[in-house]
Amino acid sequence: MADESINKGRRRFLTASTAVIGAGGLALTALPFVKTWLPSARAEAIGAPVTVSIAKIEPGQKVQVGWNKQPIDIVNRTPEQLKWLAKQDPRLRDPASKEPQQPKYCQNPWRSIKREWLVFIDICTHLGCVPDYEGAVKPEPWDPEWKGGYYCPCHHSRYDMAARVYQGVPAPLNMVVMPYHYIDDTHIEIGVDPSADEIKQIIAANEKLAASLAKGAA
Amino acid sequence: MPDKTYRAAMRTLTALLLTLAVTFAASPAALAEEGGSYPEVNINVHDQAALQRGARLFMNYCVGCHSLGYMRYSQMAKGLGLTEKQVMANLDFTGAKFQDPIVSAMPEADARKWFGKAPPDLSLEVGAKGADWVAAYLKSFYLDPSTASGWNNTVFPNVAMPFPLWQLQGEQVAVMNPAGNGQPATVKELKLAHPGSMTPAQYAEAVRDLTTFLAYVSSPDELSRSHIGAWVVLYLVLFTLFALVLKKEYWKDVH
Amino acid sequence: MSAFTQWFNERAPGLGVAYKKHMTEYYAPKNFNFMYYFGSLALLVLVNQIVTGIFLTMFYNPSAAGAFDSVQYIMRDVQWGWLVRYMHETGASMFFIVIYLHMFRGLMYGSYKRPRELVWLLGMFIFLALMAEAFMGYVLPWGNMSFWGAKVIITLFSAIPWIGETLVHWIMGTLSVPGDPTLNRFFALHVVALPLVLLLLVVLHLGALHEVGSNNPDGVEIKKHKGPDGHPLDGIPFHPYYTLKDLVGVGVFLIICAIVIFFAPTVGGFFLEPDNLLKANPLVTPATIKPVWYFSPFYAILRAIPDKGMGVLALLLSIASLFLVPWLDRGKVKSIRYRGTSYKVAITIFAIAFVLLGTIGADVMPTWLGYLYGNNAEAIVSSNLMIARILTIVYFAFFIFLWVYTFFGLEKTRPVPERVTTHA
Repeated sequence: MADESINKGRRRFLTASTAVIGAGGLALTALPFVKTWLPSARAEAIGAPVTVSIAKIEPGQKVQVGWNKQPIDIVNRTPEQLKWLAKQDPRLRDPASKEPQQPKYCQNPWRSIKREWLVFIDICTHLGCVPDYEGAVKPEPWDPEWKGGYYCPCHHSRYDMAARVYQGVPAPLNMVVMPYHYIDDTHIEIGVDPSADEIKQIIAANEKLAASLAKGAA
Repeated sequence: MPDKTYRAAMRTLTALLLTLAVTFAASPAALAEEGGSYPEVNINVHDQAALQRGARLFMNYCVGCHSLGYMRYSQMAKGLGLTEKQVMANLDFTGAKFQDPIVSAMPEADARKWFGKAPPDLSLEVGAKGADWVAAYLKSFYLDPSTASGWNNTVFPNVAMPFPLWQLQGEQVAVMNPAGNGQPATVKELKLAHPGSMTPAQYAEAVRDLTTFLAYVSSPDELSRSHIGAWVVLYLVLFTLFALVLKKEYWKDVH
Repeated sequence: MSAFTQWFNERAPGLGVAYKKHMTEYYAPKNFNFMYYFGSLALLVLVNQIVTGIFLTMFYNPSAAGAFDSVQYIMRDVQWGWLVRYMHETGASMFFIVIYLHMFRGLMYGSYKRPRELVWLLGMFIFLALMAEAFMGYVLPWGNMSFWGAKVIITLFSAIPWIGETLVHWIMGTLSVPGDPTLNRFFALHVVALPLVLLLLVVLHLGALHEVGSNNPDGVEIKKHKGPDGHPLDGIPFHPYYTLKDLVGVGVFLIICAIVIFFAPTVGGFFLEPDNLLKANPLVTPATIKPVWYFSPFYAILRAIPDKGMGVLALLLSIASLFLVPWLDRGKVKSIRYRGTSYKVAITIFAIAFVLLGTIGADVMPTWLGYLYGNNAEAIVSSNLMIARILTIVYFAFFIFLWVYTFFGLEKTRPVPERVTTHA
């Protein structure tokens, strides 16, 4: 059956090109199927931004809201809690927040946009439990030097009043600060970054504040 | 010779089957739902301006009672070519979030009390009833003091819904065929008794826009589907041509 | 032989042998025509149904409360979900188009005759399993047509004497109408049990075929004439010749499928019915209850008989008759090309009757009759029923004719050539 007139080169070329076209088509067909696994519109709705009023949160008080199926803690830090913040630095793993656990505009000593208001995802970086808010500055069974913070009941990880993790606990990282911004003085929107201009202003203002506080302390 | 007759016969048979299949598929019975057909409304879901006008009508006149529970404002924004801001300012009057489904603000319990039953969700209305039906329905309300709402409809007799677009279309009344021979009176035709803010032609356009919007809501995939389909078919034609040439090359072996 | 092939063959010699047996050294007649594309296309559709089905299962919610919503979730919220569903839905209809043509090919060329009776029987079992698979799949979206379709079809079982009622309750798992138990078991059967059965049957079908070898449009046994190399003179290796030929068929077929999927996925309400866009409602029956188009010929036979029990019996018989074809047809000549004229006429009428029964089962015929009778509803209904009955008789008459015609030697066949004829 095999014929001497067979043009092997032509066959090889046609086989290869048909195979390439076919394989390309298969790959393109696979793409939509892969994409079905991406978060659906429903998942995006669950992750949609949440607006929270902070007008009624008293100093020292914490409010928890849900966003993207995660507990978001909003804490109105008291002057006393803030006073001890800087003094915890030697006992922390990452006091300067060098790990990318927060947006750029929250990479400051208080890990927030406004110094009083701590807003973050209350999920332990160890194994994902929800740490308890232990805001009182008083000796606690797990730490006689406790200056307020978060304590994880699962494996005793501890965080300070800026959700920064202490040394000597299982949790490796500071808790995550998700994107958020102030709509006005009493409303924050969780899940949305401030505008580029606002970010510049926030960073500048906090640097200035940190410098003046450092001067005051010195 | 027998072979020729056979092939002729086969060709006739194939042609016959194909003709039957085509008539079968194209039969208007498939579309004529609810008994009887309605004037064609000729919608085009790719007409973005019509979609936007239709959406505005829906949000002004319909969403008070009817939800589009399977459609999210965010998805609608994409389909209508609008930004989040435009949708939230001009089309979202229920206070829902951008990512939320378009749900009527009317409590279902109230609806049951007022209309006897909850107004249906209209997400799939055009798919289920057909665009022609929806358009005809919206044009066929008339004043009827014998009903609870004061309105009746020739396309959907004794419908519980009052006519929300009466300010636009105006008020129609029915011209009746007299009752007789034991038969009840039937509607002969509808007459516009008091004109609305729109002329009949303008109203027909508005109904078409609204129907277009509802058709889009019924199958939002339609917007992108045909564009993708054109490329897919083009690719498949190319592939088939290559496969054909390849097959011919190899089949040179076969004598 | 490459090092890899050698490595592989040393460890799994059976695979290489199987590949040769079924591909490169499976000799198929060289005169396959257009009608021989549909076997491989059926296999392609089966793969499509399994892959798209697996993905749909990831998002579908098999509960009476959630099923309908989850289908819309797939259509709208899941990225590209609409494409996956349309591929599955179009695939279901294409499956039947392809299978019906494949079966008709078998009838035309006598592919069910000795020694291929088993191939035909296994194919018929595939057809049965496919009907069950399609029916249960149709119920899953839990639209109003799904619901009422399920109710009507399950209620057919009540026609069985003595155990009918109990059987209906057993299938539904409820005392009244289909509900969660029905949906859950149909889901399990549709996505796990029946696909496994189908796959097994397909393997057996192909295995049986490759034992005896393929028939061809001339109905000639190519194994009778072998060359010095021991291969049939009129045979060519399945691979590469038929794999490449089938690839062209696949291309054309996919073009048709793509046109349906992207431009008309509902096919005017035939592939996806408008009434199924309404949620299942036990209190509201759709205006007309009819199955999806691929069941409509059998449904027409069911409805043509005024008695419930007899109707169900006729429905069963209409399918059972197809099983019996290898034994009803006593003729020695396989291919329609060399069979008697009466056979050609009969099978043509049979095919037309089958399609027309389809138009009746799908309620298309009444529209056609409407052109004839205008608004005279009574005349339309009565002549529709009359035509349905005539066609039902024609359908069954074909099988009786086949037996009488061949058993009593009434057929005047033409001489069958020794070797295959080709027109290429």
